[in-house]
Amino acid sequence: MSSASGTSTGATKPSSTRAKPANKVESAADWVDGRLGIYTLAKSNLRKIFPDHWSFMLGEICLYTFIIIILTGVYLTLFFKPSMAETVYHGSYVPLNGIRMSEAYASTMNISFEVRGGLLIRQIHHWAAIVFVAAMLVHMMRVFFTGAFRKPREINWLFGAGLLFLGMFDGFMGYSLPDDLLSGTGIRFMEGAILAVPIVGSYLAMFLYGGQFPGTDIVPRFFTIHVLLIPGIMLGLLVAHLILVFYHKHTQFAGPGRTEKNVVGMPLMPVYMAKAGGFFFLVFGVIAAISAIATVNPIWAYGPYRPDQVSTDAQPDWYMGFSEGLIRVMPGWEISVWGGHTLNLGVFIPLMVFPLVLAVIWLYPFVEAWVTNDKREHHIADRPRNAPVRTAFGAAWISLYLILLAGGGNDLIATHLHLSINTITYAVRIGFFVVPVVVFVITKRWCLGLQRRDKEKVLHGRESGIIKRLPHGEFIEVHAELSAQDKFKLTAHEQPQPIELPAEVDENGVARKAGVLAKTRSKLSEGFYGESAQIAKPTAEEHAEITSGHGHH
Amino acid sequence: MSHDTSDNMPEAHDASHGAVATHGDPFADPGLPAHEPRRTDIDERAAKRAERQVSLLFIVSMLATIGFIASYVVFPIDEIVYIFPIGHVSSLNFALGLTLGVALFCIGAGAVHWARTLMSDHELPAERHPIEADDELRADVIEQFKTGAAESGFGRRKMLRNTLIGSMALVPLSGVVLLRDLGPLPEQKLAHTGWDKATPQNPIALVNMNTNKPMKAEDIIQGSLTFAKPEGLEEDAEDFQVQIAKDALMLVRIAPEDIKDNQSRELGFEGILAYSKICTHVGCPISLYEQQTHHALCPCHQSTFDLADGARVIFGPAGHPLPQLKITTDEQGYLVATGDFDEPVGPSYWERPR
Ligand code: FES
Repeated sequence: MSSASGTSTGATKPSSTRAKPANKVESAADWVDGRLGIYTLAKSNLRKIFPDHWSFMLGEICLYTFIIIILTGVYLTLFFKPSMAETVYHGSYVPLNGIRMSEAYASTMNISFEVRGGLLIRQIHHWAAIVFVAAMLVHMMRVFFTGAFRKPREINWLFGAGLLFLGMFDGFMGYSLPDDLLSGTGIRFMEGAILAVPIVGSYLAMFLYGGQFPGTDIVPRFFTIHVLLIPGIMLGLLVAHLILVFYHKHTQFAGPGRTEKNVVGMPLMPVYMAKAGGFFFLVFGVIAAISAIATVNPIWAYGPYRPDQVSTDAQPDWYMGFSEGLIRVMPGWEISVWGGHTLNLGVFIPLMVFPLVLAVIWLYPFVEAWVTNDKREHHIADRPRNAPVRTAFGAAWISLYLILLAGGGNDLIATHLHLSINTITYAVRIGFFVVPVVVFVITKRWCLGLQRRDKEKVLHGRESGIIKRLPHGEFIEVHAELSAQDKFKLTAHEQPQPIELPAEVDENGVARKAGVLAKTRSKLSEGFYGESAQIAKPTAEEHAEITSGHGHH
Repeated sequence: MSHDTSDNMPEAHDASHGAVATHGDPFADPGLPAHEPRRTDIDERAAKRAERQVSLLFIVSMLATIGFIASYVVFPIDEIVYIFPIGHVSSLNFALGLTLGVALFCIGAGAVHWARTLMSDHELPAERHPIEADDELRADVIEQFKTGAAESGFGRRKMLRNTLIGSMALVPLSGVVLLRDLGPLPEQKLAHTGWDKATPQNPIALVNMNTNKPMKAEDIIQGSLTFAKPEGLEEDAEDFQVQIAKDALMLVRIAPEDIKDNQSRELGFEGILAYSKICTHVGCPISLYEQQTHHALCPCHQSTFDLADGARVIFGPAGHPLPQLKITTDEQGYLVATGDFDEPVGPSYWERPR
């Protein structure tokens, strides 16, 4: 390198003023830097600060299970035959010997019984998928309840929620691939749902299934969608999600020295790298151990799919349970329209409610931003109690999800708790409308109670557990004053005020009408931040009055 | 940074609301707390111990990986063992999974332990910068864009612009059209089943699903549920799955005086009624029968049909009764069908007549 640069002429060549590398590693790094510019990249990232909070683990679990799913998925594709061609089984699983089945089912049997370690990888793949979706949901709740979705992170919320929906959908697809009796039932369910779409339903069904149900195309088609199309999109979204996390930096909770303008924590290299890298192995290890112990989706017990047979525990994976609940508790409404056409509302309405339930949470950041008219960036996470309406809304949403999940498992509940399935169904129908409202009210009150307690603590100190007897005989508990740090923590949050409508008359005395939108917004914002939605923070005066000593313990 | 962008940060914004940290403010930010050293920071013996613990974890991982490879070789793939409290499991799967689990977990535990005890735990603040650009940059970029747009003539030549938008909007349609050959058109496919070839002149026999034999009326016991398919539909037929998805029958025998629906009684033969086995909700096969009440229950979403009353829906999400097949007997006394179902089988759809 140096001899080459020696031959070129002085002033115009791009000169490298770099000192000699100290060792092999440095010179290798120099080589790469000359091509990819890694030093510039690393400078801002190597010692990037990550705040530490246990809940950041949730997002990490999502990332790691996704990687595990991809690794094991690639392994499975080496053995799986995505074909519905008929074959007769002659394998080591005796009960199914001589039974007709598809290549897909037979090769899944083969993976489970003939490929050494194949069963383990299948189990890890399925367990990781279950954990993946669960972790995404919980991670999302964390982001929701702490208000971390607010500006500038709304787009990342969209990416994240998109990942959840795709993950659920891809899980469903994967579940369908082995062509066993359970998965076939799921595919049948999907066909029935598609057929319920007005006007184009039967066309969509024919096109998706390549003809009449079940046909011979679904497994190869779903396979491509499951291993290529959806994971491809998810990978893109995931990378975008992570880039944005890096760019925005994590949120942090209010605390001494933590402001909206800084981020306090430990550097990526080495602490965070070691912790996060180590955590990947922890997650992988735990999932491998679970897969050794607990069987999931034992397809050999269900048998191959036959449209005229059914396995009694016809249950989807839990994350599809709420759509199952919708379809189970909906009354069977079918109406005739336009002279002789059937509108299958009993299936179509649940089919529409399903994306609606998801979309409500998906678009929430924009609703809240509009209601609060807050255009600022937020980097300090809210404690859930300090945003009672949001917290209550999230809790109500989760309760709806759980109610529907119970509806989806009504047969299991019935057999385990010895209840009538009809009673459970009626209860779910009522619960669908009532429970979220009740949960909303309770959660909001609970948050306000906690706010009140915080205020109490700040003003009167915390209970010390020491009982003192006053000269006149009364027993009291001594309250210890909070440290400056704790006081700051409990009072650092903002308390936004509701938006007020502009005055009814303008400065010239001309009547001015507020539009419907403006009125709704001010109503909603009153609901969010009005007197009924937050307890005023303690003020310095209140504090001074109490601590100055008259008449207090 | 101009004043304008820093306004964007909440703290700056807050200042205008008066919550400025003053000296007398009891709730002022006391600043980052001082670093408290850990045991391993001050006690070299503790640090050494932590180091040994981490190494031990890594060594256990190595042993577990060796165990994994050994298990792969040692355990036969078809051996089933009983392990309390899990139950019967494949010994190979169990050994591979646990050794792999331990090997991975110990690497993770070692790394985390290392980070927690031996790497620096000094918390450091890093500054945030507003995402939004300042006014100057913003104006500059907008200016550049305007120049570019003006040079393209995009705003001036309206016809160009509108036709471009039009063509861009239409071109994806080609992709949609190309999807047409994914499958055939529905036509009347959903309305007909394998029974539609049956006529009074050429009846099709009902074949018992289990024995693969035609059935006589006396073979059907009162209170039992029998499953049947059309004669000539063999399991190894190429389209067996598609056919059986619509043709599957269930036969019940109900004392004729218990049958509440006259039309249903007439479609049957001496109290034997042939209903579609495919649920009219979203198409699961119905499999549970309660002989006292003559109720049939679909296990998928619990639609319940009263077979004594024309398979009317009495509970659950199904929207209409199960289709019924007209049956009779031929000269030798075998049960036969003389036509197709009275309406389409399975889940309902837009074109389904009502
Ligand atoms: S398919 Fe029978 S109840 Fe849904």
